[in-house]
Amino acid sequence: MQAFLDVFDIYLLEAVINGILLGGVLALLALGLNLIFGVIDVTWICYAELVMIGMYAMYFMVQYYGVSYFVAAPFTILLVAILGAALHYLVIAPLLTAPPINQLLATGGVLFVLQSFATVAFGIDFRNLGIRLPVLALGDMNFSYARLLSFLAALVGMVAVYLFMTRTFTGTAIRAISQDRQIMALMGVDTKRIYLITSALGGALAGLAACLLVLQYDVHPFVGLSFGPITFLICVLGGLGNFIGGFIAAFVFAEIISLGGLFSDLEWGYVLAFAFFIVMMFIRPAGLLARRR
Amino acid sequence: MMGQGRLAAWGIGLAALVALPFVYRDPYHLHILVLILIWSFAYTSWSMMGRFGLVSLGHGGFMGIGAYVTALLWNHLGVSPWIGIPVSMVAAGALALIVGYPCFRFRITGHYFVLVTLALSGIVLQVITATRDYTGGSLGYTPNRTSGNKLLALQFDDKTTWYLIALGVWLFGIVVWHWVDRSMSRYALEAISEDEDAAAAAGVDVTAEKLKITLLSALMTALAGAIYCQYQMFITPDTVSGIAVSLQMVFAAIVGGLFVSLGPTFGAVITILLAETLRIGFGTKAVGWDNLVYGVLLVLFIIFLPKGILGSLLDRLKPQPKVPRAHEQEAVQIARPGT
Repeated sequence: MQAFLDVFDIYLLEAVINGILLGGVLALLALGLNLIFGVIDVTWICYAELVMIGMYAMYFMVQYYGVSYFVAAPFTILLVAILGAALHYLVIAPLLTAPPINQLLATGGVLFVLQSFATVAFGIDFRNLGIRLPVLALGDMNFSYARLLSFLAALVGMVAVYLFMTRTFTGTAIRAISQDRQIMALMGVDTKRIYLITSALGGALAGLAACLLVLQYDVHPFVGLSFGPITFLICVLGGLGNFIGGFIAAFVFAEIISLGGLFSDLEWGYVLAFAFFIVMMFIRPAGLLARRR
Repeated sequence: MMGQGRLAAWGIGLAALVALPFVYRDPYHLHILVLILIWSFAYTSWSMMGRFGLVSLGHGGFMGIGAYVTALLWNHLGVSPWIGIPVSMVAAGALALIVGYPCFRFRITGHYFVLVTLALSGIVLQVITATRDYTGGSLGYTPNRTSGNKLLALQFDDKTTWYLIALGVWLFGIVVWHWVDRSMSRYALEAISEDEDAAAAAGVDVTAEKLKITLLSALMTALAGAIYCQYQMFITPDTVSGIAVSLQMVFAAIVGGLFVSLGPTFGAVITILLAETLRIGFGTKAVGWDNLVYGVLLVLFIIFLPKGILGSLLDRLKPQPKVPRAHEQEAVQIARPGT
């Protein structure tokens, strides 16, 4: 009996820690989406598809052209940042005054476009980077370096964004716009430019997430669907546009998925997470950290 | 109100549609027509909510429940679809109420409503995949062929029969659409979609009105899923549930036109013909192209033609004397009570 308990605890601890590691990447994804929502007041339904394109970019650079992983990563981040800015310029900007639902649906259209573009251009095969990082054994627990690396890089990325938002003039302008859209234009801030910068920044975060996810998952055109919905739920649970709420919610979700997966299949972890989300919507409809009015 | 001429046009059109399979028997074209009718019905069900600003991405979930509950009851318990379909509709309706009530009670609207319903279709998809011992998971599921009474099992090999069933279901959808269009609820829901607080102040029971239309829409969508399952005899989580199906409904309804009764049907005709043309034109190379065209069209439509093809055409054909509704034309200012 004692032996059984020991094993059980080790697995539990391992699942808890894996959950935290998963939470780092989810938090990074949620941060990008929250940034876009908080500043531009638009939900990019196609956010996970941007990540998918970034994963393909990594795959081709590393596998086909033999570029080293760490050289390819900045290019990928830049590429997805440009994609994000283009998405804003081509799709969101003409719809800025349209009803919010139309903006949401237009990015839904972009989701179709990106997914099928990947299908047409790259085929539906599963591809992976072919980099197999070693596994870190800590006592009886095993953690993959890929997850550890992702977690640390995600943390670094989030700190970088935090510093950018608080220490630079542009970052301050972005935060100001998220507080009051109309007044900032009167104060001489070029809102169009700020929106474009924010979109590029959101894209860059998606690019960073792509570089990290490609270490752990195979790339295929529909890979976005496997973590896209969960990202939206995290953002809503944390309160759309609320960075800290999104951060906490990401770890809550990751733990539910990880622990739920421990006791049964991974899908049940997701089912639990979704169910938890719906229940939480009833208890805290405006998000975990909603400001009381 | 329907004029004499419109009624006659509907009658002639319907008679022609009913007579069609007896005159023209090409199985491929009939198959396309059946698909168009079934999906039209699903899109119409979605647009019953969508036209009032209740954009749901959870309808893939309702459709999946309709299809899978019917098929599972038939295969595992031997329950005839005649009972299975109502059971699946009740299941979808119950889910709609469970999710809808708190949403409407706590005023979850706009982005939040879309994302909550997105979670709903995510759950249904994951549950179907996770219970793969029963549902076959992502590999798909086939209802057992019956050896006995075909009517009892609702399985017909004959395309004509299916065409007539699909036509009946589609017509039912259009009739319900008109019924809602002429009911008091429509005015209540339009008021809600413009300003919830003002509508509530004017005596509209916001939660109840929204729940009613959501329930109706979910029941009809589940029916569409069940009929689709019985016709195709093969369902996968990706073809009847999940976010892709939900987005497809939104897309078709918007392309056709949300605010006219035949708009979603028009959307289904366009999208299915487009997909089939691309499939035939490009063969296996076409994988993905149809969705690429869909996506580009969806974006263009939302930017340039938010009322859809049919909606815009009808507007152009006859400039109507009535005042446009505010959620159709945002330039129009409406007088709110108290201002």
